[in-house]
Order: sequence, then structure tokens, then C-alpha cells
Amino acid sequence: MTIAFTEMQETIRMVQMESLDIRTVTMGINLRDCADSDFEKMNQRVFDKITSYAKNLRDTAEQVEKEYGVPIINKRISITPIAEILGNATVEEAVQLAKTLDRAAIELGVDFIGGYSALVHKGISKGDQTLLTALPKALSNTERVCASVSVATTRTGINMDAVRQMGIIIKESAELTKHKNGIACAKLVVFCNPVEDNPFMAGAFHGAGEGEAVINVGVSGPGVVLNALKRHPNGDLGQVSDVIKKTAFKITRAGELLGRIVAERLNVPFGIMDLSLAPTNAMNDSVAEILEEIGLERVGTHGTIAALALMNDAVKKGGAMASSYVGGLSGAFIPVSEDNGMIQGIVDNALTLSKLEAMTCVCSVGLDMIALDGDVTPATLAAIIADEAAIGMINKKTTAVRVIPVPGKKEGEMVEFGGLLGRAPVMGVNGFSSERFISRGGRIPAPLQALIN
Amino acid sequence: MKQKRAVVSVIGKDQVGIIAKVTAVLAEEQINVLDISQTILQDFFTMMMLVDVTDLESLEHLQSSFDNVSKELGLKINIQLEDIFQAMHRV
Repeated sequence: MTIAFTEMQETIRMVQMESLDIRTVTMGINLRDCADSDFEKMNQRVFDKITSYAKNLRDTAEQVEKEYGVPIINKRISITPIAEILGNATVEEAVQLAKTLDRAAIELGVDFIGGYSALVHKGISKGDQTLLTALPKALSNTERVCASVSVATTRTGINMDAVRQMGIIIKESAELTKHKNGIACAKLVVFCNPVEDNPFMAGAFHGAGEGEAVINVGVSGPGVVLNALKRHPNGDLGQVSDVIKKTAFKITRAGELLGRIVAERLNVPFGIMDLSLAPTNAMNDSVAEILEEIGLERVGTHGTIAALALMNDAVKKGGAMASSYVGGLSGAFIPVSEDNGMIQGIVDNALTLSKLEAMTCVCSVGLDMIALDGDVTPATLAAIIADEAAIGMINKKTTAVRVIPVPGKKEGEMVEFGGLLGRAPVMGVNGFSSERFISRGGRIPAPLQALIN
Repeated sequence: MKQKRAVVSVIGKDQVGIIAKVTAVLAEEQINVLDISQTILQDFFTMMMLVDVTDLESLEHLQSSFDNVSKELGLKINIQLEDIFQAMHRV
């Protein structure tokens, strides 16, 4: 069927003026067969497997990008959660393995490799503990390695022993990179209900149910949605939802096409499309600005949750129609440091930490890229994680915490993380202690799935 | 063999010789133009051409030839495989 002139124009406008892009093509690689009781052998196998499987990832993606004229911003790798292959390795060896992953990422020219991870939502195994202990050092001695830890799921409840440890680990990671504003924490996500096929960093890992290798694609385009809404300033909310849905459909189709072509050329199965509105610091590429375009004077004011719920749902509906395999986190991300509108909301005192928490009840992830007062205690960090995990557990959704307690910084100061990670105003936390709650340890039991009021 | 088609888009300030120069590049590469349409939007010249690239090895070479014309005339010229438009606008 021939394509109309205006339709071509629309696609070209989306790419050239409204920052439509494929945010990431992520290759998932299973590393289970690399496990070995001899650490040196395992270390070498991990490096060899990653660098051979993903050898052509970057070049192929760049080639496809040129042919179709839609930018593919990041090429990334996700791997089997490393804790699962650590076995009897020591903490030092686990740190060394992180450096090996970093080296592999540099050799391949990919910007992040995700999966330095452990799933400890029920209990902590030997390998898991080794990884947890190694995290601060591993993250502060590498640049491209991303870590994630699952501390809760709806089916298992919340492992509060792991939550308590994560508070300490985040604090330590920040201290070890204090000369860089605690940047190590930007590469560490604490999850409730993580998904196994998420292509987005820092939370990507290649889950246990996945195959040998897979290509997952993350598409974004807050700018496209924002501009589409600007053309309907007076429509009612049904129309707003419709505009977002149609736009999400088009964006997803572009992503699916390119993802499938990359997968085919690499001879790897295509996994899923993750349509997530992920903001960047580019002009107008902001989720907060979409909410403001829907009708809020500033993000964070009353009505924010309702507008976000509408947007998140419309994005999913459009995406689900466009792709046979929607997966990952699909929805909207609200990372503070990467979204100029969110930053402005905080600076103007419209957006608070509590409101951000509430927003995570209705959008795809959680407290993301938030800079906290450097004096925050590990117990308070753990309690923040516990709250977020509880939201995810009860609502049967993924939630996550990626916060950076910036050493030496106080509420109201602005910190720069550089590059994609952006900048963020430091937020204060509640001054009252959660120490006794956190020190109790144990597990919060899995919730009822009926009687759900 | 299935025909492989691409869309050449040209956007920029209207001036004498745009079509001539763009099609000259295509002719040099032995590329057949299947359809062409153009309009002027607020002083901006916009042209879309549907071209047959079945026999073309890679689009890169063509894109770089266009880049020269791009610089000379101060226009944005892009070539994209047609599938992307089909995917985005057809169910």
C-alpha cells in the first residue's frame, strides 16, 4: 500500500524534530555455561562468550540505523545474574569479574552491561552474599557495569534482611565514589518484582527463563508524545488518551521493525519490545512536560497521579497493539536527573519525594535517579527501599529504587552526574528514624491475592 | 526478486535547482525514481521521492553522495528504506 506524503512527513518530523529514537538494542546473553569451580577459567569464559556473541552488535545496529534513518542510541548487553554463577568465588574474585565485564563492554563499544545482579527476594545464597558484599567495590571500580538486586516479589514478600543490607551497600558505594558525587549508586537498582527481559539500564539482566541469547528493544519518545499532544490543546481526556495511544503505536512499530531486523542479521531470536517513555535531558524530551501539557501547571501538583496513570495506560495500550511481544517494563519512567521537567518541579517545590513515591504506584518503575542528602543513614535508605518494595508487592507491579545519597551535599544543592545521567537537585529525607524497624530483619510475608481492598 | 524501495526526503530553503541536483545524483547511481511529490511549507521546500534500490549494494554510498549536495545547497537530505513508513502507518 502506498504511503501518503503527509505520513512520510510525520515520520521524518518525529525523528528529526521530536527526538524519536530507539533508545536501546540490548542483547541478552546466558552465562550459565561459563560457571566453573576454577575462577580463572570462569573469568576467561565469561569474557570470551560475551565478546564473541555480541561481536557484531554495535556495527549491525549502526548499519540498520543508517538504512532506516531512525537513530539507535544505545547498544547494550544484559547477562545472567552474576550471583548465579559465582559459586564458591571470593569477594575479590567477584570484583575482578566485574572488571572483566567492564573490559568486555569497552572492547565491544557498548555503553552499559547489566546483570551484575542477585535475586534475593526470598533468601540469600552463598553466591548472592558474595555479590552483595562485592557490590560497592565492583561498582566504584568499573564504569559500564550495572547492578540490580531483587529484594521482594508479590509471591514471596519482602526480604528485609536484604533490604537492610542494600541500605548499607548504597551508602558505601556513594562513599567510595564521593569524588564523583556518588556515581556508583546510579548503576545500582533495587527491585521488587523485576522482569527478566528488561532492555533498559541499570536494571537489565538476562533472566532464568530466557534462552541462550536474545535481542530486546527499548523504544522511547516522550518528545513525540509531547508534540502530538500540543496539537490537541483543547481535547478532553478521552482524546488525550487516544492521541498518546496512537503515537505510542507508531513509535513501537518503528522499534519492532528495527529490532527484528537487527535480531535477524545477528541470527539471534527477537525477544520483546519495551515501550517506555524514557526522558532525556534534551529539550522537550521530558515525561514531566507531557503531564504539564495534559494540564498541570507544574509536575507534582494535585492531579499528577491521575494524569500519569492516564498516560502510562495509554502508552501500554498503543504499544500492546503494535507489537506481538511487548515485555520489559513498558510504561513511563520518571527518573529525576534525566528529566528537565522533573528537575524544575523539585526546584519550584512542586514535586516532593512523597509525591514521587505516590507516582510510582501508577507508572512503570520507581524512585529513579534521585539525589538524596549525603547524611541520610543506611537505615533510612533501607526504609525507603522497603516502602517502594511494599508498593510493588501489593500492587503486583515492578518497583525499583535507584537513589544516590550524595556525600557532602545538602538538600537544595544541585549535583551533576554528567552525560546521560544528567543532574539533580538534592532532596531531603524525613528526619525521624526507621532504625528499629529495619534492624528487626526477617521477611515481610507475601500478601493475600484476594480481599484486595 | 522483490523490489526494495527507499524514500529520499529533502527539506530546506527553497531555491533554484534542488530537484535537478538531487535527481542528478540518482541518475548517476542508475536509480529509478518511482514517485515524487513536493510542497512548500512556510518557505520550506519539502520533497519526497520513492526510489527503487533493489540493485543497490548499500545505502551508505548514496547517502554520502547526497551529503555533498546537502552541503552545497544547505538542505537536509535523507534516504530511508520504505519499510519503516509502512510499519509506522499501516496496521
